[in-house]
This record gives sequence, structure tokens and C-alpha cells, in this order.
Amino acid sequence: MSHWIITPILLPTLLGAFIVLSVRHQVALQRVFSLVGLSLLLINALGLFVYAQTGDIWVYELGAWPAPFGIVIMLDRLSALMVLLTAVLAMCVMLYAIGSDWDKRGKHFHALFQFQLMGVIGAFMTGDAFNLFVFFEILLIASYGLMTFGGGTRRLQAGTQYVIYNLLGSTLFLFALGTLYNVTGTLNMADMAARIAVLEPEHTALLRVGVVMALMVFAVKAAILPLHFWLPESYAAGPAPVAALFAIMTKVGAYAILRMFTLAFPQDSPEIAGSYDVWLLPVIVISLAVGMIGILGAKSLSKMVAFAAIGSVGTLLIAIALFTPEATAAAIYYVVHSTLATAALFLIVDLVVSRRPQWQDTIREDRPMPQNGLVAAFYFAAAIAMAGMPPLSGFLGKLLILDAAVGNWWLWGAILISSLIAIMGFGRAGSLVFWKGYGLPETDAPAYEHPRQPLAFVAIGALMAGIVAMTVLAGPMHRFAIATAEQLYDTDAYISAVINHTMEESMAHEKEGSSYAPVDKDLIQTEGGERGTDHPQEATDGHEGESH
Amino acid sequence: MTIEFLVASAIGVLTAAGIYLILRFRTFPVILGTSFLSYAVNIYLFSSGRLIVGAPPVLQGYGDYTYSDPLPQALVLTAIVIGFGMTAVVLMIALAAYLSGGHDKIDMQDDDASEDRA
Repeated sequence: MSHWIITPILLPTLLGAFIVLSVRHQVALQRVFSLVGLSLLLINALGLFVYAQTGDIWVYELGAWPAPFGIVIMLDRLSALMVLLTAVLAMCVMLYAIGSDWDKRGKHFHALFQFQLMGVIGAFMTGDAFNLFVFFEILLIASYGLMTFGGGTRRLQAGTQYVIYNLLGSTLFLFALGTLYNVTGTLNMADMAARIAVLEPEHTALLRVGVVMALMVFAVKAAILPLHFWLPESYAAGPAPVAALFAIMTKVGAYAILRMFTLAFPQDSPEIAGSYDVWLLPVIVISLAVGMIGILGAKSLSKMVAFAAIGSVGTLLIAIALFTPEATAAAIYYVVHSTLATAALFLIVDLVVSRRPQWQDTIREDRPMPQNGLVAAFYFAAAIAMAGMPPLSGFLGKLLILDAAVGNWWLWGAILISSLIAIMGFGRAGSLVFWKGYGLPETDAPAYEHPRQPLAFVAIGALMAGIVAMTVLAGPMHRFAIATAEQLYDTDAYISAVINHTMEESMAHEKEGSSYAPVDKDLIQTEGGERGTDHPQEATDGHEGESH
Repeated sequence: MTIEFLVASAIGVLTAAGIYLILRFRTFPVILGTSFLSYAVNIYLFSSGRLIVGAPPVLQGYGDYTYSDPLPQALVLTAIVIGFGMTAVVLMIALAAYLSGGHDKIDMQDDDASEDRA
């Protein structure tokens, strides 16, 4: 039995602890360990991605406790894709942070970065709802540190808001989990799906409450209106590499919606119908509109990109909330594009900030900054990708989403009009920041000097190369996305992967013992849930262990 | 006066107090409010395995015993630990924001905010 499925979670954990304990004073060593760790993570993620191509669902039982009782780590196509995306993004962001010396502006950047990765990757791979909560908390607590990294009044105030908002989100998540456990008696996602399908009608009222609360929690993460207030200020005030890494955080919310609501809470099942399907799409469309209008109204580039992130997640969630295999395939294509484009834009904005000492990222004309042409070219390409103009992958992604939404004229209108507004916003900001400066009268002030930072440009170039690769390889990518969507909607396969895995294990155990005698006394005493509640001690140990 | 009624009203009162406090506009009451809410959710989680008084959380063999569900107790333990850590973190960040900003208002003061980016 191979253990490579757990290493993407273990590696950042151990590395983060090692960095904070052993090399916390040597930034150079931290960089080396970080890069080596991220390279290994990338290789690991690639291996898992290749494995997932076979279509198998890999079930890994932590501590070998059988499935509905213990915690499982699951790997299917969607998880593998998200883990790979996280690894690629983390590598690019880390290169940028090193290239621009961001990691020297405070302490423990590398350790926090690793813990953040642990939380994000864990959230993408867990098959247990409470474990999802624990990984959310891990990624959040690391993000609190990263968000306020480097200090400064504005960052700390925005950080306070961010932490409090997410604390409330976590509390709501616990309420949701308590309610769902109350109704279904399980926390394993696959088991929960199987039990909801056979639930008696009189229990569905409480189930619906739990489902809607869970949806609200994921909406906070994905920044859907009206739960998006934390995003613009936090992302704009946070350090740029962190904001770029956070491009994956909103996707964690989108992923959780995609995973839980295709598997356990499908909108057409009689137990849940009518609880969220009526209002989810309109709310997402409004949040898309707010994001795109925000692009036009923003006064600074970082705010503009933060709103673009909201709009982009809105576009993504339209595709998710349609809940058809075609739309989900479009969403899977778009999620990769959106993450790369958002991250690239945040990094480009940071280039502008560091090169304009007077106005930083305020959208107004200034003398041309050092390397103006190169930065402008990157901005131009990233803005095209983000706004969804041809020829880059944003266009293809939006095309796929529109194709999947045929017949919903209002969705077409929303996506097309919002894209137009985004193009106007990006065009206005870009021409003011990058072009207007050439028309200003010459002054006597010496030109502002700034280090060239080749590594930072390489990092952004790698992100842009990813976008170009997605455009060129759109055919294979889309075929992969279709296969992923089919696997997501084949919920029986997912559920039986978990349940059968457990049965095979127990049969293997029986073969080892000579007779069918009930194993041994200790096991019976701790495995008390055989009849009754189903939740014996081992789950307890697992959860306690995670919490520390 | 059943135990269900007592527990339910405790959750209700704590939640109400928490929500009232998080709607204040200074940091300290808001943090108190999140603490109240996390107490409420801890009790709520505890009750999600049904309320059974005076029963052990594990079975003694396969007999027909009354027992209390051990899983919510483990969940509560996790939630308490996480909530405790989170409260400590938010207190530190709020304190740092107060010391460097000179006020503890929860909303962003939107004047020349972009000036003091580090």
C-alpha cells in the first residue's frame, strides 16, 4: 500500500516545523529548504495527477481505521488537479517572494507559507467533513500570520477584520457540522451522501438548515455576495505574494461547494430540493456584477485586482451552480485559469507598487517607472486573460461556461456585460498607469532607481506561461475537465470506493485470523459503535490529534 | 424543565449575546462576541449527539446499554482548542492594530489609507 497520497500534506507540515525550529534566523537557508520542499511537492503532485488520470479513486485511511469511523484522505481527478494547481502556484509565488525580497520584510514567512500549503492541500484531499473544518482552520491560522506579515497599520486593521470575519465563518461551519451530524449521524462525506439519500422525509427540515449553513460557510470562503466584504480590503492591504497565494483560497470555497454539493447535497434530490437552488444563481450573478463594477470603480490597482478576483470567482461559481456535467467541466477549466490569472495580476501590481515611490498603485499618471515597458506588457497580457478577451484562456473558459449555460439568457447577459465592464476598467487603469506618464513634462528630479529583480519577472512569466499553456493545450485540458466532471457526478463510484475499501480491509483481516471469532476484547470495547451510534473512539483520537 | 430546554435556551442566550456583541463597532466587544458564539457552538455540538445523562461514552461489549455518543465530545474538544487558539490570535492582531493605529474601531478608516503601505 503506497503512502504517496499523504505526503503532500505531511511534507509542508514537517518542513514548516523544521524551518521555524531550526533555521529561523537564516533567511538564505529558509529559501533553500522552501524551494527544495516546493519542488518535491510539485513532483509529488504531478505523480498523483498522473495516477488520477486512470480514473481510480484512491482512498487512504489514516491510521488504518475503517472508513466511516476513521478519517479518510481521498484522491480523485478533481483533488489531484487542485493539489497540482496549488503546488504550481506556490512555486511561482515563492519564486516571486524571493526575487522581490518580500520574505525578508518580517519573520517566519517561509514557515507560515508551508503551513498554509498544508491547510490548502489538506482541504482539497480530505474525505471527512469535520476534517475539512480542521484543515480550513489550519489554512486560516496560517493566513492570519501571512496576511499581517510585515506589519503596518492598514495591514493590521484589515487583518483584524479578516480574522474576525473568518472566526465567525468557522463558528457557522461548526453549527452546520453539528446540524448535519445530528441528522445523518456521520461526518464522512461519502457516508453522509449515502445516508441522506435514504433519509426519512420528516428529518429533512433540519438537514436543509444544515445544508444552507454549510453553503454560507463556503460562500464566505469563496467571497459570494453578501459575504464578500472581507475580501477587497484584506487582499489589497495584504502583502502581494500572500494575496497571490490567496488566489487559491477563494477556490477552496468553490471546491468545497463543488465537492459537497455534487456528492452529498445535490440540488435535485427530494430531501434538499428548494433549499438553495432557487436563490444561489441570482446571488452569484449579483456578486459577479459587484466584482466587475468594482474593477471600474477602484482607485488603486490592488483594490481593482481584488474586485477582479471576486468577479472571477463569480464567473466560476455560475458554472458550478448550474450543476450539470458540461458546466462543471467548464468550471474546472476556468478554475485553473482564474487562479493563475489572479495570482499573476497581484504580483504585477506589486511590481508597480515597488517602482512608483510616490503614488504606488494609485490609478493616476506618474513618470514612467523603471522597466515600464516590461511591466506594462505583463499587465496587458494578464488583464486580457482576466477579462476573458481572446486569445488567452480566459476567453476559452468563458466560452465554455456560456456554452454550458445555453438557454439562460440572463446568465449570458451577466457574463458578457460584466466582461465588457472589466475590459473597460482594466483598459482605463492600464493606460493611466503605464501610458499617460510619457506625456508628462520632464522634471529635474533624478529618475527613480530600482533593482531589476529578474527572478520576480521569471515567477510572473511562469504564471503567464501556465495561462498560455492552458490556451494551447485547451483540447486535452477540456477532455480532462470532462472526465473530471463525469467522475464528480458518478457519486455511486465515490461512495462505493469508500465503503468497499472498508469491506476489503475487514475481509483481509478475517483471512489473517484462523477463525471467524470476533477479533479481540479490546477492539470490541473501543469499537463500540458497531450497533447504535456508529462513532467509536478512533474517530475521537483522529480529531484530537489534528487539533493540536 | 427538561435538560433539553435548559441546553437549548443556553445556546439561544449565548448566541443572542454573541450576535449583539459582534455588531458593535469596537474591537473588544466584537472579540467578546466571537467568544460567546464559540461557547454557544460548543454546547450545540455537544448536544448534536443527543442528550443522555449519566451514561458512559463507550459500550461494554455488545449488550443493550444506554450510552452517550462519544464523537461530539471529541468534536467539542477540537472546537474548544481551535477556538481558544483563534481568540488568542485575534487578540494579538487587534492589540497590534490598536497600538499602531491609535484606535480600536473595527471598520477601516478610508481616508489616506494607501499612504502607509509598508
